[in-house]
Amino acid sequence: MSGDHGRRARQQGAVSRRVFLRRSSEISFAAAVTITTGGALLNAPEAWALDVKGLQPQTMKTLILVARDIYPHDKVPDRYYAIAMKSYDEKAAGDPATKAEIESFVAGLDAAAGKGGYAGLGWESQRVALLRAVSNSPVFETIRSGLIVSLYNQPEVWPIFGYEGESYTKGGYIKRGFDDIDWI
Amino acid sequence: MAAQFNQNDDSVVVIIGSGAGGGTLGNELAQKGINVVVLEAGERHEYADFVNDEWASFTQLAWKDARTTSGSWRVSKNFPTLPAWIVKAVGGSTTHWAGASLRFQEHEFRTAAVYGRIPGANLLDWPVTLAELEPYYARAEEKMGVTRTGGRPGLPGSNNFKIMKAGADKLGYKECHTGNMAINSVERDGRDACQQTGFCFQGCKWGAKWSTLYTEIPKGEATGKMEVRPQSQVVRIEHDASGKVTGVVYFDKDGREQRQKARVVAVAGNSIESPRLLLNSTSSKFPDGLANSSGQVGRNYMRHMTGSVYAVFDKPVHMYRGTTMAGIVRDEGRNDPGRGFVGGYEMETLSLGLPFMAAFLDPGAWGREFTSAIDGYSNMAGMWLVGEDMPQETNRITLSDVKDQYGLPVADVHFDDHPNDVAMRNHAYRQGAALYDAVGATRTFPTPPYPSTHNLGTNRMSANARDGVVNKWGQTHDIKNLFVSDGSQFTSGGAENPTLTIVTLAIRQAEYIADQMKAKAI
Repeated sequence: MSGDHGRRARQQGAVSRRVFLRRSSEISFAAAVTITTGGALLNAPEAWALDVKGLQPQTMKTLILVARDIYPHDKVPDRYYAIAMKSYDEKAAGDPATKAEIESFVAGLDAAAGKGGYAGLGWESQRVALLRAVSNSPVFETIRSGLIVSLYNQPEVWPIFGYEGESYTKGGYIKRGFDDIDWI
Repeated sequence: MAAQFNQNDDSVVVIIGSGAGGGTLGNELAQKGINVVVLEAGERHEYADFVNDEWASFTQLAWKDARTTSGSWRVSKNFPTLPAWIVKAVGGSTTHWAGASLRFQEHEFRTAAVYGRIPGANLLDWPVTLAELEPYYARAEEKMGVTRTGGRPGLPGSNNFKIMKAGADKLGYKECHTGNMAINSVERDGRDACQQTGFCFQGCKWGAKWSTLYTEIPKGEATGKMEVRPQSQVVRIEHDASGKVTGVVYFDKDGREQRQKARVVAVAGNSIESPRLLLNSTSSKFPDGLANSSGQVGRNYMRHMTGSVYAVFDKPVHMYRGTTMAGIVRDEGRNDPGRGFVGGYEMETLSLGLPFMAAFLDPGAWGREFTSAIDGYSNMAGMWLVGEDMPQETNRITLSDVKDQYGLPVADVHFDDHPNDVAMRNHAYRQGAALYDAVGATRTFPTPPYPSTHNLGTNRMSANARDGVVNKWGQTHDIKNLFVSDGSQFTSGGAENPTLTIVTLAIRQAEYIADQMKAKAI
């Protein structure tokens, strides 16, 4: 996206998806997501909120960042990582064992990070170093393998990667570019 | 109209499984006027019910019942309960297959003679030759409408194919085209032509790809001689005091135990379930399972040497558009031990949608090395590498400690690569990457094998009863009225996708069964 267009869009107060995407990669996650007094996560730049019922809100916030650090895609807004991780909060609400496991996992990361906790580490590489240290744990593997479906199987993220999904109802690609390559 | 047979009717041929082997055998027998009951473990989904969605389709069609794995293969680590990506539904894995239909090469029927002694490999020549099978191959190609055979035109080339072709030309490969595909390039046999929809693995919603579900099975049913019973999972084959099989025990859709009597039983449940069924059918007369006097039931499990190469370019490809596997380079299919391995491999176009690419590109991987690859998805081209793997006695299906919903041991699938498999895979990875590099790939990915789609060899054919489970007709050496009708018959795997050969053997087997019944030999 051209810088001129971006500036113009912001000057006009336009809320285009492209601006969202730009912002989500520019603003640090720790700053973008705030915790409301009601205990919800609020991502003002992306204009979404998430009620947290089972986990501590700060734990959920960190968990969403962990998801991004495991599968970082700069073009994918936080909202899809939040959707991908929502089930842990829902499960924790009804299952003390899950709640304890996730809280303990995040507390461990925070302790390893030192003052400011996991989310306070400014560089992805610093956070990834902490994840590598726990990557053989069952809870990490559960989160990682779960993300393969909960993140990449959201039809809303497919267009970000240029994947068009279902094609039968559109008559397949026989008239829609199955052989349109022009550079080979 | 589809027949309905009485469970006490002991004149019928019972076929277990409705895929490439069972579905074809059923129709061929019905066409000859023989009464057939096909018992299929899965449900019947007609092709309008298929879904263009990878995970949803997997849930709809895949065999998800418990299985276990062992051995050093990576599938056992990444997918410990999913050794194979095959189907539990009417039509079996012909709903899911890609359609590539290649004849075996002459030497692939006599690997012991041609390859010589390979340590660790249990090579054996087939008791049939290519020359014997050629007329049946031609009939199979006609039945399935295989492109570039019988005067049928090829499919048009997709973006993914065009990249493969350009790279193949640069490397000097001579035999590269859009494949011999059992996918209609023109309307044929009452079915549509391919609409380049992608999602070949999710079941063809046009019916353009051959599947027994909407070819053999309705044709067989139309004779009034064939009944297909879905959701009927056979758990045991029974026999009389003389050792002849007399019928099968199965569980119906409500979980009730049922029994169907039979004059002949043909097992066509794929190379994992077929040996499992024989091994689970123990009796005081056959304590090691049915047809297992050789001890070979379940052994010599083959899954083909496989792997994939994906490549990212600086410009768009959109590989997921169009027929998934309509592209092939055959030059590496020959046997040329000078490359450091015996046997050969094929290079075939392949694409996965984004959800499955994330699951299978590098299972278990995470972090930016992985995600930057996925970021290149729309600029990605891909190929599958499929070649002959070595039969090994220790690669085998055994009965697991884990029990299924009926209390019976599930199959454990044990696999270790043979050094020849590893050498071939490494060669194939190099050639695949070189092909893409030749046309400007900025990055290539040597992607590990997926859960097995080609499952072969666990009830192998042999001339001599001590070396295998079935004879050249797929008839078990031990029991005259018990047959095996799927890929588990394969004595060796060949480099080629197996379905065409399974169908070919089923057509030939139907003639033999009909003759034997007429002669009252069975």
